[in-house]
Amino acid sequence: MAEKILLKGNEAIAIAAIRCGCDGYFSYPITPQSEIMETLMDERPWETTGMVVLQAESEVASINMLYGGASCGKKVMTSSSSPGISLMCEGLSYLAGAELPCLVVNVVRGGPGLGSIQASQADYFQAVKGGGHGDYRLIVLAPSSVQEMYDCVDLSFELAFKYRNPAMILADGVIGQMMEKVELREEKRRLTDAEIATLYGSWATTGKPANRKGNVITSLAMDSEVHEKFNLKLLEKYRQINEHEVRFEKVACDDAEHLIVAYGSCARICEKAVELAREEGIKVGLLRPITLYPYPSKAIDEMTAQLKDILAVEMSAGQMVEDVRLAVNGKIPVAHFGRIGGIIPTPEEVVAALKNRIQ
Amino acid sequence: MDTKEIIKPENRVYGKSPVLTDVVMHYCPGCSHGVIHKLIAEVIEEMGIQEKTIGVSPVGCAVFAYNYLHIDWQQAAHGRAPAVATATKRLYPDKYVFTYQGDGDLAAIGTAETIHACNRGENIVIIFINNAIYGMTGGQMSPLTLEGQVTATTPLGRRADLNGYPLKITDLVAQLEGTCYVTRQSVQNAGAVRKAKKAIRKAFENSAGGKGTSFIEMVSSCNSGWKLTPVAANRWMEENLFPFYPIGDLKDK
Amino acid sequence: MKEEIIIAGFGGQGVLSMGKILAYSGIMQDMEVTWMPSYGPEMRGGTANVTVVLSDKRISSPIVHQVDTAIILNQQSLDKFQDAVKPGGLLLYDPNGITHPPTRADVTVYKVEATGEAARLGNAKAYNMIVLGAFLKIKPIVKMENVVKGLKKSIPERHHHLIPMNEQAILRGMEAVIPIKSYEL
Repeated sequence: MAEKILLKGNEAIAIAAIRCGCDGYFSYPITPQSEIMETLMDERPWETTGMVVLQAESEVASINMLYGGASCGKKVMTSSSSPGISLMCEGLSYLAGAELPCLVVNVVRGGPGLGSIQASQADYFQAVKGGGHGDYRLIVLAPSSVQEMYDCVDLSFELAFKYRNPAMILADGVIGQMMEKVELREEKRRLTDAEIATLYGSWATTGKPANRKGNVITSLAMDSEVHEKFNLKLLEKYRQINEHEVRFEKVACDDAEHLIVAYGSCARICEKAVELAREEGIKVGLLRPITLYPYPSKAIDEMTAQLKDILAVEMSAGQMVEDVRLAVNGKIPVAHFGRIGGIIPTPEEVVAALKNRIQ
Repeated sequence: MDTKEIIKPENRVYGKSPVLTDVVMHYCPGCSHGVIHKLIAEVIEEMGIQEKTIGVSPVGCAVFAYNYLHIDWQQAAHGRAPAVATATKRLYPDKYVFTYQGDGDLAAIGTAETIHACNRGENIVIIFINNAIYGMTGGQMSPLTLEGQVTATTPLGRRADLNGYPLKITDLVAQLEGTCYVTRQSVQNAGAVRKAKKAIRKAFENSAGGKGTSFIEMVSSCNSGWKLTPVAANRWMEENLFPFYPIGDLKDK
Repeated sequence: MKEEIIIAGFGGQGVLSMGKILAYSGIMQDMEVTWMPSYGPEMRGGTANVTVVLSDKRISSPIVHQVDTAIILNQQSLDKFQDAVKPGGLLLYDPNGITHPPTRADVTVYKVEATGEAARLGNAKAYNMIVLGAFLKIKPIVKMENVVKGLKKSIPERHHHLIPMNEQAILRGMEAVIPIKSYEL
């Protein structure tokens, strides 16, 4: 049986990175996720797997280090929290525009501005609707347990390379700081330079062999016709991602007349709320998006026939709720309940909001 | 000797490096970029490192540098080339990684990335084209614009009390422990071109030797931005830029 | 079986590491566990608390506001968390520095003189293990052998020579725990 250990969500990110064959981590410290770099520095993977770990001078530098590393066809990642991700948005746009695979972890804290260091989900729009400039999308995964934090690292890299697109893990302070049991998956070794040249030599800057043209990583296209074509190619890629990569979990949905939609740590609180509400005889289920982009719109829409209403619960003033509304397209009422500024809603509050809605 | 005789291979005294592509450069006639591109191409050819060299192009006139050299290229966001090159070199330690940046890219928006890559002593080569003006965007003031110099954003000349002082970023970088070789060169005549090429070669060799960051400032002309003819631009450069940005090595360890 | 526990006291009393050892012991017994440190507006004034949930089944919320057991190690924490204990639940506290003892009538109350016991053992660092022993005496939800395994996993290898001392402290806590008041629903 695979080894099971107790890890913080942040530590799980670091351990998973080493064990899934990550080539490089470039980051700048910020609460509440600094344990990711601290754990990597403790583990010293450069002595074992050869993984590069570097503390950058800023989030701007670290995201551009990702641009360099990803251009090389290497598995590279960074992590930060909300204000740091804002600084990275220019780089994210370039990475998406140059179609570079990489992983960015956002352990979200309260905003706007310097905000608070407490858990929040107020970066949903930034993660799934852009953040940087231009028509681009990130693949966004929202783990709700420490095991999922661990598993999402490898999955993010897999999806990022499959679609040549940046991926983001959108966590929050709760998932980052809590400890849970984690099953360590089988280790994957890092790819050799020769393997990378074979697999990604058609686009990556691995050093130009005599028998191929130089590869150029860029997001620049001066000719509008060319640029439109490129954007259409991106749109087709996003369509493919929407068709094949939607992930979600349903809890107690079979006979549900009411539905809670929640992700990340909030989904854990809502699962408890579902338990409490069902004890009172309220037929409520939970749909937990695991991918926020692509969003499980179809799965939500398919449930509308059995539902009276939907309550979107999130630690924001109401961001994901817009995607729920788009999914049901007016067929049934959709309400929002949330706590903001770094306050975590209690299961009892969620039940109260649900009852309020039903009445 | 007739033309047929002259073009015989055994009579050839000069040729275009095969590392240069056949694409016609977009640079203005008289601009220094083309010469510097050629020198880099020749050094790559002579060192036999075409398959091991990765260039990082900036935002600015040289954004399209990737069209002119037959190597792998990464085109960086404005100012971020040293960060991009840092990761590339660390992930491919046996490759030669260089950035090619202008004075706006390197010394304004990218100052932090420049200073910190140099201070970490990244084993990269930074080629820094200083023409004391923003060329691509139409001749605005750069951090290295001289006091009194007229630009699109300093129509009455740069004034220290309004715009601050010209930034001697190369002198600053020479102070950092991480740099092994810091030099100022130019390419306005044959003698200068020969010296500049030697400097580029030395920088690439340092990179292989793991000695730290090599930083070459090329004091250059921008006749379009300066609104001068190419010849007058070179004269203006010698008379005005060279006294403030003197040619020569600042550091060689 | 599901046990929701809050452990609260001053920073430096070993509150977080005690929770971690308890959680690790649960893993050694093949249970599901969550460990959630004070991470919210309540974290101020040098106090520390951690919520640990051990369960045979998947755990929904790692944040709970009504607990089966509150382990209380200072007055502020007692004032704050005694109302969080479910009716019929357990309140275990160290009376050292407590000027206003627990007032809840509908919970079972135990005390352990862990500060004094640690002093008698000549090892202030054994404090949290004495408290853990007291808790495990009242609610033996994890076996001692699994606690030892949990200790081995939680403590860095270079400190493994301290494990027998920790075991001794747990046993001392089991002996030192005193029932104050029993309550059953």
